[in-house]
Amino acid sequence: MADKKQADDARDRKDRDQPSAEEAALSARLRDLGKQLGRHHSDGPSDSEPGQRPTTDASAMARGFRLSTELVAGVLVGAGIGWLLDRWLGTTPLGMLVFLLLGFVAGVLNVMRVAGVVRTNTLDPPDKRQ
Amino acid sequence: MDPIHQFQIKNLLTFGHIGGAEIAFTNSALYMLIALAVIVALTIGATTSRALVPGRLQSVAEMSYEFIADTLRSSAGSEGMKFFPLVFSLFMFILVVNMIGLIPYTFTVTSHIIITASLALLVFTIVIAYGFWKNGLHFFKLFAPSGIPIILMPLIILIEVMSFLSRPLSHSLRLFANMLAGHITLKVFAGFITMLGAFGFFGWLGALVPFALVVAVTALEFLVAFLQAYVFAILTCIYLNDAIHPGH
Repeated sequence: MADKKQADDARDRKDRDQPSAEEAALSARLRDLGKQLGRHHSDGPSDSEPGQRPTTDASAMARGFRLSTELVAGVLVGAGIGWLLDRWLGTTPLGMLVFLLLGFVAGVLNVMRVAGVVRTNTLDPPDKRQ
Repeated sequence: MDPIHQFQIKNLLTFGHIGGAEIAFTNSALYMLIALAVIVALTIGATTSRALVPGRLQSVAEMSYEFIADTLRSSAGSEGMKFFPLVFSLFMFILVVNMIGLIPYTFTVTSHIIITASLALLVFTIVIAYGFWKNGLHFFKLFAPSGIPIILMPLIILIEVMSFLSRPLSHSLRLFANMLAGHITLKVFAGFITMLGAFGFFGWLGALVPFALVVAVTALEFLVAFLQAYVFAILTCIYLNDAIHPGH
């Protein structure tokens, strides 16, 4: 009986510890990423391994392909939202004008994120969250 | 000679009608089933021997597993590995379907936007559903970057939301447009060969130029077929990463 209670307590404590375990996993992941990045930087330019080249080329080309549609998609979404708002609210030229411009901005933001000029907001410094 | 003709959907077997719409087994569905058979043969058939030193097919299956696992782990973390079945299925399906489409006289399933849009919306829905399930309202932090002045906040949130909404669109458009454009290009250049051939000997001589182009574009299309599957998979990983860790 007492053992069972103790076990339950232990489980409760474990449940409470869940966030910190998650944090630990996160920091482990960050460390892992840092190690990987360090490895990449150390043998990046003089990379002569036969298996390594195609992947770096592929990811560069993949980024190129991503750039090609991000801007178009942003503008299309803006135009779509503007058109729908105009239809529902009867504000005919206004919605399209405003949202087409906003869509263009969103598209440019997408492109800059893919190109790595602007940091994605998911990569804010982790200490700010607490 | 019509370059669009290759994308036509043909009914192979009609099951019946639901609300005026025909429910049929089409050539698109047939090629999806073929792709499924190829994937099953590769992943299950080739690994049944479980050799410690893998044979050719087994090592292809293992390489594709490791490739996707590495991609997923590096962009969504080890937590993202619970989505491995999704990402692996998407990658293998798109890759095999693209590759089958490059064989002459076959049908390219991914050259129809309804297919790519369904796949992209599947990913989009999973990202939203999992994001809210895992993080609750904290998921909205994805739209509100920290360190922005309060006055600019409404505008920034609007732009971030539109940027988020444009994801399934660019995700599906990219794959669809690349496959469609590639196959039309191949068909048009191939059409030039026979057109020039109608002018006799010098025509055939001139036709060597488009012929060389067709060979080159075919090689390029094999690269594009792989890269588009890879881009689709890696973007799925990046979007899933947002759902797993938003705004940290």
